[in-house]
Amino acid sequence: MHSNGLFLKDVAGFLGSYYTGLAVMNAVAALILWRKKGQFGWAVTWAVFAGAMMILASLALSGSESLVPGLPLAARNLVNKLSGPVLYTLGTTALFTILFVFRKFFVQPMAAWMVFNLALVLMGLSMADANFASIVMKPDNVPIVGLVFLLAFFTWVATKQAVVNDERIKQGLPPMEKLDDEKVLVWPDLVYTELICMVAVSAFLLVWAIFLPAPLEEPASSVKTPNPSKAPWYFLGLQEMLVYFDPWYAGVVLPSLVVFGLMAMPYLDFNKKGNGYYSIEERKFSYLVYQFGFFELWITLIILGTFLRGPNWNFYGPFEYWTPYKVEVLNNVDLPQMFWVNLLDRPLPRAPQGAGTLVQIGTILLREAPGLALLGAYLVLLPPLLAVTVFRGFYARMGFIRYMIMANLMLLMLSLPLKMILRWTLNLKYLVSIPEFSLNF
Amino acid sequence: MAIGETIRNSQIWKSIFRHPMPLDRRNRIVVMLTNFFLHLHPVSIKKQGIALSFTWCMGGVTFFLFLVETVTGVLLMFYYRPTLEWAYNDILALRDVTSLGILRELHRWGAHAMVITTWLHMYRVFLTGSYKPPREFNWVIGVILLLLTLLLSFTGYLLPWDQLAIWAITVGSNMARATPILGYEGPGQQLLTIGGIDMITDGSDARFGLLGARFVGEETLNRFYVLHCIAIPLATALLLAIHFWRVRKDGGISGPL
Repeated sequence: MHSNGLFLKDVAGFLGSYYTGLAVMNAVAALILWRKKGQFGWAVTWAVFAGAMMILASLALSGSESLVPGLPLAARNLVNKLSGPVLYTLGTTALFTILFVFRKFFVQPMAAWMVFNLALVLMGLSMADANFASIVMKPDNVPIVGLVFLLAFFTWVATKQAVVNDERIKQGLPPMEKLDDEKVLVWPDLVYTELICMVAVSAFLLVWAIFLPAPLEEPASSVKTPNPSKAPWYFLGLQEMLVYFDPWYAGVVLPSLVVFGLMAMPYLDFNKKGNGYYSIEERKFSYLVYQFGFFELWITLIILGTFLRGPNWNFYGPFEYWTPYKVEVLNNVDLPQMFWVNLLDRPLPRAPQGAGTLVQIGTILLREAPGLALLGAYLVLLPPLLAVTVFRGFYARMGFIRYMIMANLMLLMLSLPLKMILRWTLNLKYLVSIPEFSLNF
Repeated sequence: MAIGETIRNSQIWKSIFRHPMPLDRRNRIVVMLTNFFLHLHPVSIKKQGIALSFTWCMGGVTFFLFLVETVTGVLLMFYYRPTLEWAYNDILALRDVTSLGILRELHRWGAHAMVITTWLHMYRVFLTGSYKPPREFNWVIGVILLLLTLLLSFTGYLLPWDQLAIWAITVGSNMARATPILGYEGPGQQLLTIGGIDMITDGSDARFGLLGARFVGEETLNRFYVLHCIAIPLATALLLAIHFWRVRKDGGISGPL
């Protein structure tokens, strides 16, 4: 990695324009607010903020190690020390929960603008760290940074409208989308919008292509395995699942189930409300399930896999140097081991030498009985149990087959976070481990 | 002005555009009905349905990016040779010496952008509940298109033939080795044993089918090239056509009933 002086030379110019951009953005915001009635206080706030950004910009442009604004070393070390898969997952979950519960607060333009600015400043301060910058600025990782901001923005756009609609529906009014029933001609109203969109996207893509060269590493060599070896970024959530499951499940079965589940969604969601307009209250269950799958299990895992997984797929804090010599203790235990050896203090059941196939299979079943029983209870007993308790209303309206498909899809989706929790708390490796048939779960 | 007038009154112009400029209401309707490209759209549409805050324009942007990828991809095909000898060098030359080597940047970043816009489009369709009846089947086609988009990106990832490429594909395709029953390290592959002969080996399993070899090599490069440039784009184009057609047939852009 660069020595800090060399690195700063590279990044100082970028940070200078970055903060200048922030200043201009906030100055424009201040100007717009200033011309609106009753927003004078906010106009002043963002004007002052823009001024502060100009100061940061000039400090960054100085290029001097002591002046480029960054997070103090102690803070970075603390973040590195604290962060790990557990805290990351719990932290993001807490963040999403807070954003969801207090959505009425966060959809206010000024609150959102503040969060947005804070995120950008934090990002800028972090960029002054060589380790952080080297990973975030890796060409193929740049799209993910864009994805995060785009997702945040569009979630805000959608939630803002949903909050308004939910309030209106509560008052017995139709959703906002219903108000403008007027029809317009596609030429010019739609085709011009499309043309402008095409021009804008082309311009954006050209600028991106000019300023950021596409990645090209050394020529391929089948003997030089890079460490870490990573799949393309959009599959890194799946690669992260490999920490908790074997490839047959994490890499083949679960992805197939994701595709199947997405396809099945319109046939499982019997709720007729919320069709064609933004709303949350009217379809809270499907909303939360989708957001959980999309944000928790797809996006945050991609971010984890891209930015925080280094050599040997070890976890590295955001400001940590990716040394290949980091050693993590792996003392995960299989459930049969826990049950037979640790709990009952007996050896694992083993078939006698030269036993027939049936005896061998019987022994395997006996050995794996605790895991199989748990899995059976989870996948076979739990759906009917839920059908007569929590999901009674669902079961009545969906019928047997549709309900069973939904319940099993949801339980299989939850198998990932459950396995994570079992790993973190009990160091559980596999619930069922049948190496004889390459079947580990 | 006179020249414009002359052109618009010429036989050639009139043979292409059968109606006057779409400046008044009648001709704005007619243009939608007589133009091949525009007839994907209806003549009139609910104003709310095309509000940017409602649609985010992400489906349209995704389709536009697909067109960008097609055009830049075809141009790149004139230059790039998918062989071990040339693949890397051709990309290197595109970066360093070839005029318009920026086509590769456009193609690569466009591909990443297309994956993102597909997700955003899907996200919007979910959030507005637009997958609900009568649009269930179009959502299913959309999911297949999502899968094809990812596969297009995945197969294209290998073509530069650098370290990033082959190891990303190695990691990705190693999953196929663990396919239940059909992968030689997958659970239950022992079941496909006939007369003591193992049917699923590293030379006949799902991964071999994907790579065309036991490891990522020249056969894989050729296989992914054909998939990337011909097979998957064709499938995508067909499904796109159905997707758009169904948008119209299922009642246009969604809105409150």
